[in-house]
Amino acid sequence: MNLIEVKNVSKRFGGLAALSEVTFELKQKEILGLIGPNGAGKTTMFNVINGFYPPSSGEVHLRGRKISNRKPHQVCKLGVARTFQVVRPLQRMSVLDNVIASAFMRAATKAQAEEVALEVLKFSNLHDDRETISKGLPLGKRKRLEIARALATLPEIILLDESFAGLNPTEINEQIEIVNKIRSERGITILIIEHHMKVIMSISDRIVVLNYGRKIAEGIPSEIGRSPTVIEAYLGEEHRA
Amino acid sequence: MAQLELFLQTLISGFLLGGLYALIALGMALIMGVMRIINLAHGDIMMMAMYIAFWLFTLFGIDPYVSVFIAAPALFLFGMGVQKYLLTPVMKVESILPHNQVILTVGLAMVLSNLATVLFTGNYRSTPVNYASNAWYLTDIWKGSPIELSLSMPWTLSFVIAIVITIALWLFLSKTDIGKSIRATSQDPDAALILGVNVNRMRMLTFGIGCALVACAGCLFIPIYYLYPSLGKQFTNVGFVITVIGGMGSTNGAVIGGLILGIFESMTATYIGMGWAPVGRFAIFVAALVFLPGGVASIIRRRKLGK
Amino acid sequence: MKKYLPLIIFTVLLAVPFIGFSTYIMHILILVLMWSVIGMAWNILGGYTGQVSFGHAAFFGVGAYTAGILYQHLGISAWWGLPASIVVLTALSLVIGYICLRLRGAYFALATLALGEICRVTAENLVDFTRGNLGILIKERTWVDKTWYFYIILFIAAVTYSIIKIVMESKLGYYFVAIREDQDAAESLGIDTTFYKTISLCLSGILTGTAGAFYMNYMGYIDPGVVFPLYDISIVTVMVVMVGGAATYGGPVIGAVIMVFLAEVIRSLPHIGAAHQTIFGIILIFIIMFLPNGIAGDYLKLFKIFRKHNRASS
Repeated sequence: MNLIEVKNVSKRFGGLAALSEVTFELKQKEILGLIGPNGAGKTTMFNVINGFYPPSSGEVHLRGRKISNRKPHQVCKLGVARTFQVVRPLQRMSVLDNVIASAFMRAATKAQAEEVALEVLKFSNLHDDRETISKGLPLGKRKRLEIARALATLPEIILLDESFAGLNPTEINEQIEIVNKIRSERGITILIIEHHMKVIMSISDRIVVLNYGRKIAEGIPSEIGRSPTVIEAYLGEEHRA
Repeated sequence: MAQLELFLQTLISGFLLGGLYALIALGMALIMGVMRIINLAHGDIMMMAMYIAFWLFTLFGIDPYVSVFIAAPALFLFGMGVQKYLLTPVMKVESILPHNQVILTVGLAMVLSNLATVLFTGNYRSTPVNYASNAWYLTDIWKGSPIELSLSMPWTLSFVIAIVITIALWLFLSKTDIGKSIRATSQDPDAALILGVNVNRMRMLTFGIGCALVACAGCLFIPIYYLYPSLGKQFTNVGFVITVIGGMGSTNGAVIGGLILGIFESMTATYIGMGWAPVGRFAIFVAALVFLPGGVASIIRRRKLGK
Repeated sequence: MKKYLPLIIFTVLLAVPFIGFSTYIMHILILVLMWSVIGMAWNILGGYTGQVSFGHAAFFGVGAYTAGILYQHLGISAWWGLPASIVVLTALSLVIGYICLRLRGAYFALATLALGEICRVTAENLVDFTRGNLGILIKERTWVDKTWYFYIILFIAAVTYSIIKIVMESKLGYYFVAIREDQDAAESLGIDTTFYKTISLCLSGILTGTAGAFYMNYMGYIDPGVVFPLYDISIVTVMVVMVGGAATYGGPVIGAVIMVFLAEVIRSLPHIGAAHQTIFGIILIFIIMFLPNGIAGDYLKLFKIFRKHNRASS
């Protein structure tokens, strides 16, 4: 069953097209990778799904309901949570308070919110750091805090924006484990943007490739790895750089 | 006929006022563009320039228009000092409340306006230049004119000089290397840094130039206006209202916004009442915020993109 | 101990009128409490929600005028202004919120500044309604003695403090801080930022307006220059919070104590009195540069400065 359907979505800024006619769907309980060279429009895609930008044309549907004219907080209430590429914890709050703040969305009382928050922190291996002011966390933990905050809204779908960037190999392995657990233990569907090729190839069920705002390929990781168009898009980037 | 005469006369004085307003707002827009802050001491810096012009006139008989050449460099240096010793250090200070730099300029405004009261008393001052009431009349040129319109000489002179300064600024920003660096910093500070622009120096220069511009405006205003210590706040308001109408940080927008506000205020004063002119000013400000969030600049930009 | 401090202070204050202080000292204490209320109210919006307002004089003044106009035009006691100001201020906050809260950062500060000025100029010009610059005078004061005024403002302050404490430990409080720290992140975590900012603004506006309505009753006279000024009300409010410490429970109270006493001391000095705004301006600049989180927020820093100083001198 398709949870999210992105239908012919285009997004233009001024005269520049960041996304043109992108169509794909996210199936229940899958991990879908969204990759592409820099400036391909991946984060813009997230911002459209999440409600920060209304698409210039096209629609986004969640379980058959149109969500592309809704605000981010409404989209979140419908069960779509996201993390940010640049980690944005609530700097001057403790780790626990950060997660409580987002748990409040579905919790009626503070006690309930705290319960959810503690459970999520245990899940993402941050329980020991719960009293730390989040500004002082190292990058790896901050990335996990991002995920924990998103999980505390008890989502059905989670959009992960470069949750692996800047991590060292140990942290990457830990993060992979958490991402896998998000699906296996919590049954959450995942759409993930990632630059790290090895990671994305190993955890995704399917991959959608964007380049210059267009979808240039879609398929299972092994196909994508062999696709000449994809290789060219990436090589092209290296040649330019 | 009298109605038409009144209307046209109001339009003319609004236009002249608008030209001067534009000069005040230009400095503010420039600072806004480069520093991303609103200088709420802008009007008080203008007040300083006016006192310089006033004392030069009273003590040495120097014409206020000549004082431009003294007040502008003086406040240029003052502005650079403010940026270097107050605003730049505060950028590094971390605090819970945002907009520290803006609050700091409020503190500066308080100090300046109050010091002026202490030093020069709250009396209203003016520079009674001997051409103050000279004017050109339409009937002098066109004897058979059915209506009478007048053009005050100091107002016109101030307006023309304001236009000259605006053009000079435009040439400076578009033709010189420093001007281009300032514009680059305004568009994208990070990119400018990568391109080797000394962003901190550009900030200092910009704040200095912004202050010099409003100092010019002060010297141009004093022959046609009164001077008192707390006048700064009023002109700060004028400045930021125009920057919002024009589009934050846009110099072209500031000129158009200045003219719009000048004419609008002049109309409010004639047709509704003198006391309501400030209300008109803020009404147009709120209208701009609600209906035209990007200001006039966003319309200009849309035109350019051909949409 | 720290937990009971507010309660202890409250109890001590309850006993103050029995000490038999002079009228002047009682007056100062009343002003301190009033400014605490305004500071705490501003702190909800500025300190916790991160929306810095330069226009709180609008709320204060409209609260004062609500009380004054009820007296002037309806001939009823200006004390009705206290409940009435809640209604009026809710309406005003919703209007201001609708206009200003779509704006972010410095734009918001500017818009509030402008709205404060609009209120002042309007009050000056609507002569039939507000008596313009003549102001409104209450001819028969409720009490000559300060005691009851003191208890009323103490009650308002205690209620304000409790409301803030309850709000900040609830969902609202978490949402306010989340909005301050990162509006986009808050929005994508399911927080309707516009809605919660409006709530924050209403709370802040209503409490400030209550202080204004009290002021009308207490001072017995208002005019637009007294209740709507930019520097003497709006900016002093910001200073009260900055000096004491933004986003702390006690900060605005500490700030109010310091600012009121400072204002009194400076005004009473023979030559310097006229320059009180200069001194306030310099203090403001100093605080921003060296104690950006105020005395309650940066007291550790203060200790450090003193310790260094002691070591150097010994």
